[in-house]
Amino acid sequence: MGLALGFADPVFDSQSAFRAAMWALARPGRLEPLAVTLDPPAPLSPEAAALLLALCDFETPVWLDASAAAVPEVARFLRFHTGARIVAEPGAARFVLITDPARMADFAEFAQGTPDYPDISATLVVQVERFSASGLVLEGPGVPGVRGFGAQPLPADFIARMVANRAGFPLGVDLLLAGAGHVAGLPRSVMVREG
Amino acid sequence: MTTATLGGMPAITYNFAYLDEQTKRMIRRAILKAIAVPGYQVPFAAREMPMPYGWGTGGVQVTAAVLGPDDVLKVIDQGADDTTNAVAIRGFFEKTAGVATTTATTEATVIQTRHRIPETPLRDDQILVYQVPIPEPLRFLEPRETETRQMHALEEYGLMHVKLYEDIARHGHIATTYAYPVEVAGRYVMDPSPIPKFDNPKMDDCPALQLFGAGREKRIYAIPPHTRVRSLDFEDHPFEVQRFAQPCALCAARGVYLDEVILDDRGGRMFVCSDTDYCESRQAAGHRGEMAPPDAALPQPVSPRGEDATRVSDDASSDLSASARGRPAGAGAGAGTGAGTGAGGTEAGHD
Repeated sequence: MGLALGFADPVFDSQSAFRAAMWALARPGRLEPLAVTLDPPAPLSPEAAALLLALCDFETPVWLDASAAAVPEVARFLRFHTGARIVAEPGAARFVLITDPARMADFAEFAQGTPDYPDISATLVVQVERFSASGLVLEGPGVPGVRGFGAQPLPADFIARMVANRAGFPLGVDLLLAGAGHVAGLPRSVMVREG
Repeated sequence: MTTATLGGMPAITYNFAYLDEQTKRMIRRAILKAIAVPGYQVPFAAREMPMPYGWGTGGVQVTAAVLGPDDVLKVIDQGADDTTNAVAIRGFFEKTAGVATTTATTEATVIQTRHRIPETPLRDDQILVYQVPIPEPLRFLEPRETETRQMHALEEYGLMHVKLYEDIARHGHIATTYAYPVEVAGRYVMDPSPIPKFDNPKMDDCPALQLFGAGREKRIYAIPPHTRVRSLDFEDHPFEVQRFAQPCALCAARGVYLDEVILDDRGGRMFVCSDTDYCESRQAAGHRGEMAPPDAALPQPVSPRGEDATRVSDDASSDLSASARGRPAGAGAGAGTGAGTGAGGTEAGHD
């Protein structure tokens, strides 16, 4: 079975995917367009694949959730195009791929950083199907006032998880929600409530 | 992409924006974490750049990592687009990235800056990249990295307040005039780089993304857009910015940061906008200061930086002159000689 192609233009495709991720984390809940040019093996989505190919390499262990790990082509695709190690221990990963967000693992399983080095924490790439402007109300750095945001599917206790993640600030994980040609960021600094 | 054919032989060119792709990825990951933890200094593996430390190697690496082919780059050095550092870095990216460059703040998407924030308000699609010499605000109070790191972890910033208090005890006011410490998003105390404290209020709730790169010290930090940035102060000694008694001599602007330009050896001097783009666009719009050349003699907006003019543009001199000319209340109140000069002359922050 052949291997799906990576970026047609690694330099500029990586740069534009990174810029989308950067603005997404800088402006939590605002949708940033993400060019979808990849055709990765399912269940890995083109949007999530673009982010991982842009950001991962031999320095960043990657953990796959159960539904992604069940398909060996996903690991092969990521290994070949990024050189990243695929790890079985979630706490060892710097990037985490969540292809089945409704059943995503608890954030506490992933690296939170340390008080001295809060940056040594996991970034979660969460595949969602669609975005909306309601369901969650965001506040904090990067949000002028408040911003309505929503994404589906997410676990039922998602708000409680994000509140717990914020409570540990400056420790915590950062989320990049990818899907429908866009990426949205929920960094650990964001305050999430229902609305 | 990295080779171009030249007479049948492949000519080796630079990768886009000079850095290799793995270096860019490493810097980009640091930028993402810096944004997620506003004000926290993320360590990164700074590379040697084809310019010495102190000339903006940190800012250049951050710019190289974010830059795309559609970006329009502006580079300023102490507010000016036409000084050595700014011209050299602009030329560097013209050569290695082929991006468009500009001197107009409004046209730029990425602005790399040394020690100033433009006077023109920034937009939410702009990225401001600061060159930082010493990223650690506590470094001159506590030299050990292990200790300052723990102080940040414990949010233990009492030492910084002691330093500001000692300013008051010695000078009657907080004498720190540049690199004035700020608290970001209610958590980390951060060095805003050696910008005059005049610029500190512009960081608060700024619509643009602010990224900071320190090459020699190997740190990246960030302020996301619309983030609360508070300059440290005391209830009875609130934070104040420098004020100038007179408007810009060329464009008559008030409420902007002015540089002193020495005109001769008999005490002649003029005060002009430090932000050259702001000053020139005001002159082009017809604003005239008291020493502005007459319209007829002005085919293009001219810069005051002629051969005769010795440019004295650090904070110490501006502050000194401001106080010498009767600096308003708060600045030099009650203190003896040299009250207005403050700490501007010490610890000169050349990055």
